[in-house]
Amino acid sequence: MTYFIDRRANAKHKSAVNRQRFLDRYRTHIKRSVEEAVSRRSITDMERGEKVSIPSRDISEPVFQHGPGGKRTIVAPGNKEFVEGDRMRRPGGGGGGDGAGEGGASHQGEGMDEFAFTLSREEFLDFVFDGLALPNLERKALVDLDEVRPVRAGLSREGVPARINIVRSMREAQARRIAMRAPIRRALREATEALVEEEGKDPALRNPARITELKAEIARLEKRLEAVPFIDTYDLRYNNLIDQPQPSSKAVMFCVMDVSGSMTQAHKDIAKRFFLLLYLFLERNYEKVELVFVRHHTVAKEVDEEEFFYSRETGGTIVSSALTLVEEIIEARYPPGQWNLFVAQASDGDNWDDDSITCRDLLVERLMPRLQYFTYVEITPHAHQALWEEYERVEAEYAERFAMRQIVEAGDIYPVFRDLFKQRLAST
Amino acid sequence: MTRRKPIATGSDWNFEILDAFEEAIACLADEYRLDTYPNQIEVITTEQMMDAYASVGMPVGYHHWSFGKQFLAVEQAYRRGQMGLAYELVINSDPCIAYLMEENTLMMQVLVMSHACYGHNSFFKGNYLFRTWTDASSIVDYLVFARKYISECEERHGVAAVEQLLDACHALQNYGVDRYKRPSPVSGAEEARRQKAREAHLQAQVNTLWRTIPGRPRGDTLPGMVDEEDPLGLHEGGRYPPEPQENLLYFIEKNAPLLAPWQREVVRIVRKLAQYFYPQRQTQVMNEGWATFWHYTLMNRLYDDGLVDEGLMLEFLQSHTAVVNQPAFDSGYFSGINPYALGFAIFSDLKRLCEAPTEEDRYWYPDTAGGDWRETLEFAMRNFKDESFIQQFLSPKVIRDLKLFMVVDDDQDEMLEVAAIHDERGYRRIRDALATQYALAVREPNIQVTSADIRGDRSLTLRHVQDDRRPLARSVYPVIRHLHQLWGFPVRLESMQDDDVVRRYHWPLPEEPRS
Repeated sequence: MTYFIDRRANAKHKSAVNRQRFLDRYRTHIKRSVEEAVSRRSITDMERGEKVSIPSRDISEPVFQHGPGGKRTIVAPGNKEFVEGDRMRRPGGGGGGDGAGEGGASHQGEGMDEFAFTLSREEFLDFVFDGLALPNLERKALVDLDEVRPVRAGLSREGVPARINIVRSMREAQARRIAMRAPIRRALREATEALVEEEGKDPALRNPARITELKAEIARLEKRLEAVPFIDTYDLRYNNLIDQPQPSSKAVMFCVMDVSGSMTQAHKDIAKRFFLLLYLFLERNYEKVELVFVRHHTVAKEVDEEEFFYSRETGGTIVSSALTLVEEIIEARYPPGQWNLFVAQASDGDNWDDDSITCRDLLVERLMPRLQYFTYVEITPHAHQALWEEYERVEAEYAERFAMRQIVEAGDIYPVFRDLFKQRLAST
Repeated sequence: MTRRKPIATGSDWNFEILDAFEEAIACLADEYRLDTYPNQIEVITTEQMMDAYASVGMPVGYHHWSFGKQFLAVEQAYRRGQMGLAYELVINSDPCIAYLMEENTLMMQVLVMSHACYGHNSFFKGNYLFRTWTDASSIVDYLVFARKYISECEERHGVAAVEQLLDACHALQNYGVDRYKRPSPVSGAEEARRQKAREAHLQAQVNTLWRTIPGRPRGDTLPGMVDEEDPLGLHEGGRYPPEPQENLLYFIEKNAPLLAPWQREVVRIVRKLAQYFYPQRQTQVMNEGWATFWHYTLMNRLYDDGLVDEGLMLEFLQSHTAVVNQPAFDSGYFSGINPYALGFAIFSDLKRLCEAPTEEDRYWYPDTAGGDWRETLEFAMRNFKDESFIQQFLSPKVIRDLKLFMVVDDDQDEMLEVAAIHDERGYRRIRDALATQYALAVREPNIQVTSADIRGDRSLTLRHVQDDRRPLARSVYPVIRHLHQLWGFPVRLESMQDDDVVRRYHWPLPEEPRS
């Protein structure tokens, strides 16, 4: 007897728990591999999974086994030229080769020194962002929030037909029917009994008028009984929905970059990687992340991603132009009540002489109060200039929400990123 | 020639087609008198197949990182295309569960059905080891019990504690089987009921064993009188255990002084599962050989009866050839003897020597040659394990076909010596050597518990009897560390060669004398 069962629809990932246990157990090994991968990878590559190797001796499961040495016999197939009594050197020197059969004590991945496997994209990013947290992530106070979500809140007597709760309505109807019919039924029963009694009397004593009266009464009551409606508008119940304010799950990330002549392609690559890391990170924390690219030299312009990274401009630099544009865009499209606002700025530190002070004022007075977080990375091996110094003052004022770091080469990106978003427990 | 009326052509399949093929195969199997459990054939996806592989084919298993590691290894191999999945996966249960992967072509599905649902299935039902040591009807039940119990332990005692315990048990699981006593099969429900009772009883027993209050002076008890305080006579002197114990996990479960009741139960679960897989470890060649022989026979019959077309048959032959391919020892693909190839060769040859015996066969197998092949094969399948099967049925022809030769590797000799090849003088020696190579007793070091010092420092002593001076591999240290963790007191291991102790291992490591 045989039967077929189609299990394809059943749960996959039965091994998910075991897999996770393995990853947890070898967390430190895997983290090391992931860190190497992050600094090695090209920019567009961040989103894939990653092949990870762990030395197999670290994860072997020991069992009692024969070691090399002693005397053993091996039977092997494929003899070509040997005859009995032939003697030969040990292949590969020393050791007893792969001894008796390959049963029993299976050593995973024989002959391989590394146990290699692939992390999924999710797992990979988990490790990349392990231990990091968005600073200042405390949700905005609910009163500020414009975003609402309808949630169920019991039943109501009013509503639109689409929301009728049929079960509850029918239950109400039944209760009402019972309640309304009970007195009628009682009267009917009494009338019927009286009629039977009257009719059971000796014909001489019967009161024909009374009988007619009772019959009319019964007919009237039966009619009333039937007139009780099966369902009444009074019975209807509707599922009630109310709007509940929600912490915002939307974020917008402004990528601000200097594209003046002094920024080379290498600078831009570094900036892009940084932006990408930040984007991936935000994506894990918010349902929806929008990107706005603002590039600037002496004037700022909102562009698409392609143009942002690959077009090149010449000329001087006025950073405040970009900050002004960011503010305008926020005003126009991203009311802070609904959006979590993040700004990431990258530059080589050059700025027009007096502009840095303007930048500081703009930040302190206009932008920072609305932003969730502002990160500034300065990609330069050189000494800092006015912009950095002014920004340091902003940092002093908004230590919680403003962060700045210097990046010299591509290898710094990930450490700087980790440093910026390290989970802060108590202090700033 | 029969007119060919194939059940289906091409490589696509659907459930009606599978049904039709299954029926046809069942019909043939009946004709060949294959006795099987009912089949439960499950169609699954690649992902699910990898899951199944990772849990060593158990349909439900408890959670442990090592299965996760297994899964990652399988997944990696599959992605790289090193491994074709799903040639077969079949579970020794009643009904017998076999998996078909949805990506497989029609040919593969038919092949797997013949191989697993009739080949392996009849082996599970017929072979004496499986009949003796496993209970097909209760295994799934028991696995469910085990999984539930272990996850309860995790909730109660923490994942880390359970994981550590399982690590230790896994290290010893090959030493958790009874080789001579038949365990009583129980179902999951029964097991859960008994488990409670066992806990109390077991603990009482351990308590008696480790009671430190000295027994009455010997003179007080009359000979033959049972001491009520010590019915087992454990404190009477002499060594404990009275006989060496080869089932280390059993010994731990019953005697380890510090284990909590739940820990004993976990040890027991690992032990029970090891016991369940014990026959499989001993019948690899036979089991695969038998299944391969039957898929080959059944597929050919399907073709002869005109139920499959030439295209499917060619595809089958290509796949079959790959399965029974035996690379030579010096080939880059060589990784030991292929159990499919060896088993298939022996069973096929057994059939040949019944149907068309030669002089040689009559000399070597006077009782078998020329007999009824079906009965001969059935007899071989039912009553042997790899070791004895090879000893009995590895014929000179198979040795010649595979060009087997035997090499002696002695560390006291700087050269390897070819001790026998496929000639008249060598047949017997090769047969003996190959049989030994498949004997579990030789493949795994012989280690037994010899004494537990119940009145002294509570240390546990194990004895390793070396076989031809073969020492233990370095993994011995992590293993005795695990053992120490279970036992709770020092563990000693002595390697013996011809009654002399040649090496001692200790855990914890003895203090280095400071100089």
